[in-house]
Amino acid sequence: MLDIRNLHVAVDGKEILRGLTLRIEAGQVHAIMGPNGSGKSTLSYILAGRAGYEITEGSITYDGEDLAALAPEARAAKGVFLAMQYPVEIPGVTTMTFLKTALNSQRRQRGEPDLDAVGVLKLVRAKAKMLNVTEEMLKRALNVGFSGGEKKRLEILQMALFEPRLAILDETDSGLDIDALRLVAEGVNTLRGPSRAMLVITHYQRLLDYIVPDRIHVLARGRIVAEGGKELALELEARGYDHLVKDVA
Amino acid sequence: MSIAAETKAHVAEIGEKYKYGFVTDIEMERAPKGLSEDTVRYISAKKGEPDWMLEWRLGAFRRWLSMKEPDWARVQYPKIDYQDAYYYAAPKNTPKKQSLDEVDPKLLETYKKLGIPLHEQMALAGVAVDAVFDSVSVATTFKEKLNEAGVIFCPISEAIRDYPDLVKKYLGTVVPVTDNYFATLNSAVFSDGTFVFVPKGVRCPMELSTYFRINASETGQFERTLIIADEGAYVSYLEGCTAPKRDENQLHAAVVELVALDDAEIKYSTVQNWYPGDENGLGGIFNFVTKRGDCRGRKSKISWTQVETGSAITWKYPSCILRGEGSVGEFYSIAIANNFQQADTGTKMIHLGANTRSRIISKGISAGRAQNTYRGLVSVYGKANNARNHTQCDSLLIDGDCGAHTVPYIESRNPPARIEHEATTSQIAEDQLFYCLARGIPQDEAVSLIVNGFCREVLQQLPMEFAVEAQKLVGISLEGSVG
Repeated sequence: MLDIRNLHVAVDGKEILRGLTLRIEAGQVHAIMGPNGSGKSTLSYILAGRAGYEITEGSITYDGEDLAALAPEARAAKGVFLAMQYPVEIPGVTTMTFLKTALNSQRRQRGEPDLDAVGVLKLVRAKAKMLNVTEEMLKRALNVGFSGGEKKRLEILQMALFEPRLAILDETDSGLDIDALRLVAEGVNTLRGPSRAMLVITHYQRLLDYIVPDRIHVLARGRIVAEGGKELALELEARGYDHLVKDVA
Repeated sequence: MSIAAETKAHVAEIGEKYKYGFVTDIEMERAPKGLSEDTVRYISAKKGEPDWMLEWRLGAFRRWLSMKEPDWARVQYPKIDYQDAYYYAAPKNTPKKQSLDEVDPKLLETYKKLGIPLHEQMALAGVAVDAVFDSVSVATTFKEKLNEAGVIFCPISEAIRDYPDLVKKYLGTVVPVTDNYFATLNSAVFSDGTFVFVPKGVRCPMELSTYFRINASETGQFERTLIIADEGAYVSYLEGCTAPKRDENQLHAAVVELVALDDAEIKYSTVQNWYPGDENGLGGIFNFVTKRGDCRGRKSKISWTQVETGSAITWKYPSCILRGEGSVGEFYSIAIANNFQQADTGTKMIHLGANTRSRIISKGISAGRAQNTYRGLVSVYGKANNARNHTQCDSLLIDGDCGAHTVPYIESRNPPARIEHEATTSQIAEDQLFYCLARGIPQDEAVSLIVNGFCREVLQQLPMEFAVEAQKLVGISLEGSVG
């Protein structure tokens, strides 16, 4: 489903990703681990299409299509979803309004009819319960005054609502206590399915106790330096990243 | 459909940014070009006015000749040649309509294009509409129902003929003839406008609304609105404004006077969308407006809500004189300036009586190369014991070389008075935009969504049926403002 080949990405003329190659099939969950500054967030942003991130070499193919040629909103409509590390606040826009606007924007791009307020509300309520997202949260302005855990739960709620084909989770575990982490992980696990691919980006092995990946890739200095099964996470936890990073340098 | 999406669909549908830019081809009757005593006499005669009204106008005109155009606002514009404009233009053969069926179908078509199907509104919205086309009022709906309640809602020209005592008693008592250059000019040449009188203890059974439309070229529009809420009365009034696209600048100098007696409340809302000029700053309306409300009675309340998206130049300070003890003044404003628009707008809250309170919430949005200034005065007089004011002034900058300025004046002659002023300036953050895009919301919709969120506290003050319209307008005004 996702095929990244020899990807080089620069930000402000500085090369961050330097020849990254990665392939994920539908139904699989892959994890990207790596130290700070290895290019993890850059990878998530280039996939979602953030301005200021420039591909200088290589390619990203999503469902047989050149992903870089698509505008960010078109990627969302085609099923790419990024759960952000730092969800932003939009004052004055209620969470419910935002969800409705986003959902219908995606639907419209796919040529599907809009859902009315009642339809969206039903859909949101059905998904919100499991993630413990309350009605009161939906009435508040988007992410304004939300705790770290509430923000992340809302990200996963959006993932459940938009039903993406490729979900990228950028450090979803950061800033979460163990209960919140478990809740979020449960939410993610119920979304695992044969037609959906997931890319879980994390600094710590902890998250992978709850979201068990099919494959782990270690990112250091802009490229994949090690790959393995879920046991690789435990090894990293024990030995740290240093020995891998040294090899690249 | 979400607001942002509706905005988008709306814009796509009309295929241009200013959808009110059309001209109605209709035969006009005009006063000779230029401004003189003869012009004033011509207008007065056209309206069939009594002598006292003509004298009032002439007095204003003579006064105006000795006045100087004010230059203290942060706006720049070429000198206005007052002799190079028409001061009266009216669609031929339209006045004196008994019912809508008699109104020129072309006019009704125009209003339909503006989104005000009069017939439909009569049936559905329960909104009484008075429509002023260039200089005359062409149709007033819902008269009967209002008559039953004892509410007078009619063109001011009619009120001068039919209710001279009321007009004489209140006209010019809030904005005196001598008030300022543009108000004095208006007093001399005002052509029409709206008159509302809500009698003692009556809650006006519906929203009242006037749509102002400038259609003729080289014509100034000078409407005059007078609203009186007698003791214990309540009225909510909304005005909407549009004009065709033209390369020339057109002058609009209106005067609005509100009078609230004991325990009365007036809610006055404006959605102003005069033609703002094109992307290069060519054309657009010069909007020099004097709006003032007098809380004359005890515990009276006047609330101004404005959504200002149009005009090349906006010079406008809807104000409240808080004379009655315990009276309340409110000002809620959204001012959007894009491209080369210049807005200098704000309010004055004059606390004269004890226990008076005022609240100001101003949201200024600047994009392109526009300049947006909030100018406000809070003045507390010596007898205004226990007066309170809260002012919140937020500016949002969108891309480009725009500017936001805040000029608050605070005067207190009563030391215990409580006056609070808060101000913020922010930008639409790149991460906010990216967040929306990544969730599938296209850029223009994202901007509209974020700006509508920024304005929410003010939009909430608008009557429901107009809030939706205003939200759309906010989106349309900022189309393409983020490059």
